[in-house]
Amino acid sequence: MRSFRAIALAIVKGFLRDKMSLFFAVVFPLMFLVLFGGVFNYESSPKIELVQVGRLSLVDELPDGAKEAFRQTFDVTRDDDLAAAVTTVRKGDADVAVEMRGDTLVAHYTQTDQVKAAVTQGTLAAFVDGANQALAGTPPRFSLTTERVEDKSLKTIQFVTPGLLGWAVAMSAAFGAAATLQGWRNSKLLRRLQLSPVPVGSVVGARVVVTVLIALGQMALFVGLGMSAFGLRLTGSWWMAVPLLVAGTLSFMSLGLLAGALAKTQEGAVNLANFLVLPMAFLSGSFFPLDGAPSWLQVVSGLLPLRHLNDGMLDVMVRGQGPSAAFLPIGILLGFAVVVTLVAVRLFRWEAD
Amino acid sequence: MAIEVLGLQKRYGDLMAVDDVSFTVREGEFFGILGPNGAGKTTTLEMVEGLRRPDAGEVRLLGEPTWPRNPRLLPRIGVQLQASAFFERLTAREQIHTFAALYDVPGARADEWLERVGLTEKAGSRTEKLSGGQLQRLAIACALVHDPEVVFLDEPTAAIDPQARRNLWDLLRSLNDAGRTVVLTTHYMDEAEALCDRVAIMDRGRVLQLDSPAALVRGLDAPVRIFVAPRLLPVEAALRIPGVDGAVDDDAAVVVTTRVPSTVLARLAELDALEGLQVKAATLEDVFLNLTGREYRA
Repeated sequence: MRSFRAIALAIVKGFLRDKMSLFFAVVFPLMFLVLFGGVFNYESSPKIELVQVGRLSLVDELPDGAKEAFRQTFDVTRDDDLAAAVTTVRKGDADVAVEMRGDTLVAHYTQTDQVKAAVTQGTLAAFVDGANQALAGTPPRFSLTTERVEDKSLKTIQFVTPGLLGWAVAMSAAFGAAATLQGWRNSKLLRRLQLSPVPVGSVVGARVVVTVLIALGQMALFVGLGMSAFGLRLTGSWWMAVPLLVAGTLSFMSLGLLAGALAKTQEGAVNLANFLVLPMAFLSGSFFPLDGAPSWLQVVSGLLPLRHLNDGMLDVMVRGQGPSAAFLPIGILLGFAVVVTLVAVRLFRWEAD
Repeated sequence: MAIEVLGLQKRYGDLMAVDDVSFTVREGEFFGILGPNGAGKTTTLEMVEGLRRPDAGEVRLLGEPTWPRNPRLLPRIGVQLQASAFFERLTAREQIHTFAALYDVPGARADEWLERVGLTEKAGSRTEKLSGGQLQRLAIACALVHDPEVVFLDEPTAAIDPQARRNLWDLLRSLNDAGRTVVLTTHYMDEAEALCDRVAIMDRGRVLQLDSPAALVRGLDAPVRIFVAPRLLPVEAALRIPGVDGAVDDDAAVVVTTRVPSTVLARLAELDALEGLQVKAATLEDVFLNLTGREYRA
C-alpha cells in the first residue's frame, strides 16, 4: 500500500509540474468552454434579413396579427433597385430579396446558409398560404403552437459542456497514458521498477487511479466554471456522469496505451495520441452536433468511444433521462477499454529496442 | 556463494551476445566484469539480476533462481542501471524517498543515503538539473537505500569527467563495507584495477580470464618499461646496464625493458638519470592484448 501511494504521488507531482500537460488538460479545453459558453450563449434565433423591393401587396393586405408576426420574423430594409437588392443578397449582407410581380411574391434567396434558406422559403410560403386563407374568408380550423421539449431555462452551455468535457478527458487520459508509458520505458524506469518488490499491479493501478482522479478534477472544474459563470444547471441524473467519465477515462487510457506501445519515442507517442483524439472529438459531436451528417459518418462515429461518452453525458445531464440511460454507454466504453488494452499489451515491448 | 553462474547463454539472431559464461562470486567480494563495449557485460548482468531470460545456463543469486521474477529475492538486491532510471520532474530527495517507499524503508534512511553520496545540497534540485556524476551518485543511493546484500552496478562511471570518476571510486570502495557483495561492470581498465578483488575479462560474449588484477598481470610475466630522458642516458649506455632486457630510443624517451626493475632503477640513480623518469608496469590492457591479440578498443 505504501509503495502504491508513493508511485501515485510521484505520478501526480510529475503531472502537476508538467506545464504542457496541465495546459492541454485544463487551460485549453476551458478556453473552448468560455468561447462556446460565453460568446455563443444566445437564446433566441436571429431574424431573417429581408430586402423589400417596391411595395409588397401581400404584406399590406395581411391581417394585423399576421402583419405583426411578419415584422417579428423579418428584419426589413428597403431598396427599390432590384439588381442592387439581389447583389446585397449575393454578397451575404441580406438573406433574401423580395418583390411582387402581380400576385406572385418573388423571393431571391441565397443557398450559402442552407438552414436559413430552408427557413426563409418555409416562412414565406406560410405567409402566402396565410394570406390566401385570410382572403378566402373562412376561419382556419387548425392552428399550431410550439413548445421546446427541454427545460426552457436551459441555455447553450448545457449542450456544450458535456462534449467539451468529454474531449478534455479524452485528451489528458490518452496523452497521460501514452507519455508516461513511453517516458518510463525509455528512461529504463520500468526495468528499475521490475527489479523492486513492487507488484506490477501496483504500478499500473497507480497510473490508472491518478488518471481517473485527474478526469474527475476536470469535471469539477468544468461544472464549477459552467455553473458559476455561464448558468449551467445540473439536471436529471447528472451524477451518472461520474461513472461515465471513469469508464471513458479507461477507454481513452487504453488508446494512449496503444499509442505508447506502437510509437518509438515520447514525441511520437504524444503525436499519435493527438492524431487519434482530435479527429475523434470532431466525429463524436464534441464541438457541434452531428445530426445532419451523412450516414456513413454516423456509422464511423458509432465506433468511437468518445461518441458514446458524449451521448451518455448528454442523456443524463441535459435530456433528463434516468440513470439507466448511462448503462449501455458505460458497457461499450469498458468493452472498448478491455479490447484495446489486450491489443496494446500484445504489441508492447518492455524495452525500447 | 553469493552468486553462481553456470553456462549462461544469450543469442540475438545470429549474434551470440553471451556465450557459455560461468563464474562465481563470494559473499563480500568486489567483483568486476571488464571488457570493451559490446562484450556482453550488460546482458550478462541483466541475466544475473533477473531482467532477462537466458537461452541456456543457470543463475543462482543468494541461493535462489532469478527467473522468473522472484519477489522474495528482490528486497535483498540493489541495482543501478546504466541509464538514469528516475521519475519525471521529481527532486533528488523525492526520487530516493519514492524508492525507499517501494522497499518499505523509512524516509530518514533515504536522507542518510543522500548525505552519504554527498547530495544533501542538491536534494531539492530536480534530476533534470543534475550533472552526470550527481545522477550516478543518486542512482547508487537509490540502489542501496534498502541496504541490500548484493548490489549490481552497470558502468557506474561512464560518461563522467575523470575528476568526478576518481571521487566516485572512493564512494564505490566504501560500498563493500559490512560484507556487502558488489558486482560491477566497466570498460575502464584502471577502474577494474583500482576497485575489484577479482575481475572477469570479457570479450565477444566470452569470459577470457578470471582472477585478481594483480594475479592477471603477474601471469603475463611481462617486463616493466622504464622511460628515461634521452639526454641523460643514451641508448647504448642503457643497454650496458645489468638486468636490462632491451632499450629503444623512440625520440621522446629511451624505453628500457627489464624484469628486475629495482636493480635497474638503483643503477639509474647512480648514473643520475632519474629526472623525468616514468615507470610503467604491465596493466590489464596488456593482459587483454595478450588474450585477444587485439588492441583494447574502449
